[in-house]
Amino acid sequence: MASVRIPPVLRPSVGGEREVEASGSNIGEVLQSLVTSFPATKDQIFGADGALNRYVNVYLNDEDVRVLDGLETSVGDGDHVVILPAMAGGS
Amino acid sequence: MEGSVQDTGTSGAKSAAEFAADVKSRIREIGPGEVHEGLPEGTVVVDVREDGEWATGNVPGAVHIPRSYLEMRIENVAPDRSTPVVLYCAAGLRSLYAAKTLIEDLGYQDVASMTGGITLWKDAGLPVEVKKTLTTEQADRYSRHLLLNEVGLEGQQKLLDAKVLLLGAGGLGSPTALYLAAAGVGTLGIIDGDTVDRSNLQRQIIHTEDRLGELKVDSAEVAINALNPDVKVVKYPYRIGSENIMDILPEYDIVVDGLDNFPTRYLLNDASVRLKIPVVSASILGFEGQLSVFSPYEGPCYRCLFPVPPPPELAPSCGANGVLGVLPGTMGLLQATEVVKLILEKGDPLIGRLLLYDALATSFTELKIGRDPECPICSRDPDSITQDEMGVFPDYDAFCSGGH
Ligand SMILES: [Zn+2]
Repeated sequence: MASVRIPPVLRPSVGGEREVEASGSNIGEVLQSLVTSFPATKDQIFGADGALNRYVNVYLNDEDVRVLDGLETSVGDGDHVVILPAMAGGS
Repeated sequence: MEGSVQDTGTSGAKSAAEFAADVKSRIREIGPGEVHEGLPEGTVVVDVREDGEWATGNVPGAVHIPRSYLEMRIENVAPDRSTPVVLYCAAGLRSLYAAKTLIEDLGYQDVASMTGGITLWKDAGLPVEVKKTLTTEQADRYSRHLLLNEVGLEGQQKLLDAKVLLLGAGGLGSPTALYLAAAGVGTLGIIDGDTVDRSNLQRQIIHTEDRLGELKVDSAEVAINALNPDVKVVKYPYRIGSENIMDILPEYDIVVDGLDNFPTRYLLNDASVRLKIPVVSASILGFEGQLSVFSPYEGPCYRCLFPVPPPPELAPSCGANGVLGVLPGTMGLLQATEVVKLILEKGDPLIGRLLLYDALATSFTELKIGRDPECPICSRDPDSITQDEMGVFPDYDAFCSGGH
């Protein structure tokens, strides 16, 4: 199981949790298991083609999965996955 | 003669004028012209005037040792007694006495006094160097900076010379502006077209109840001037946009991004890459903040991190959102800290790193962000970035219209 950090904009879709546990041996599986548990997150994370939305960054621990193996990036027990959309609030 | 002072035998004593004439006859004097062009290699020129006089300008290359400290400090600049030394003061008399001291009391072998001092030097039309020095008030105001090796006089001067542009005098801009002003950042530009509303005061601490309804740039200027009169505030009472950004940005060394909407953040990114101006960027929502420093061509840009903005339903900047009042304080002061580090060129700036702050969890998370070799902006030569494409997204028209 990996822990997945949920950004503020997705929290309403996961019952308000800041962090949830999700299983899977790679990033794609972990995110799929998140989407299965919380279907409202699906369109916010994945595009129609099943790829990650370009406006959502996903990190394994502190590395962007795009510079690792993308959705194929292996995830081990205790790893931290961070979902990060851009924020623009300043005032 | 009771109680009177007897003549104690001062037959050897001289009047001040006699003393001066006597010293003058024994000390070598050289004219400003010779000091300007005829000094042997290695000659040390010492200005023996007081601090306030030195501040008005000096012979270029001279070192400053006030007359009263001469015996204590001369060895710092001329450790060897055979070093040629030329002394000067305002009009040529104090330097004559100072030369006498160096020769007769300290054993310097090659000492001269400059005739007529800096006054004659200036009258001869010779160049004067005005060293930037702190006023007495500034030395007091910034004394805790001056005690730090990483700041000191040189660093404080850099701060006073720095020009920082704040995009917004709102949640992030308020604390950033106040602390940068307190630190002595000499020029603060502020762009904001809004007026002060009561709902701002929960977090926008540069504004006050009695300035409700005033332009935020005016209100911010009042607060900044009250805190530190050294700071020059340049006000831009309108929103930044493609029509004005290229006129404003080039005037500044660093931009602080506290913008409340995506279109302007992308516009700012593209313009700052084009102009190679670093941007200290933060954003806030609810209990969370993000922070990074985008230094063009040194690290990633905003588009490397977020190639496209989220659709409006996932872009909560479109409309009023809750934010913990303290949060922009925390994030704004992290921004101010990065700005000061960039000005001082000290420490490791937050370039290529994104810092997430979760106030509810009291946790900081740091993520690595790299340059995108295919970035539509910073993978290119800056001169090839045209004004027409700044802030623009082909195939993307879903921006909300500048909500905040
Ligand atoms: Zn880039």
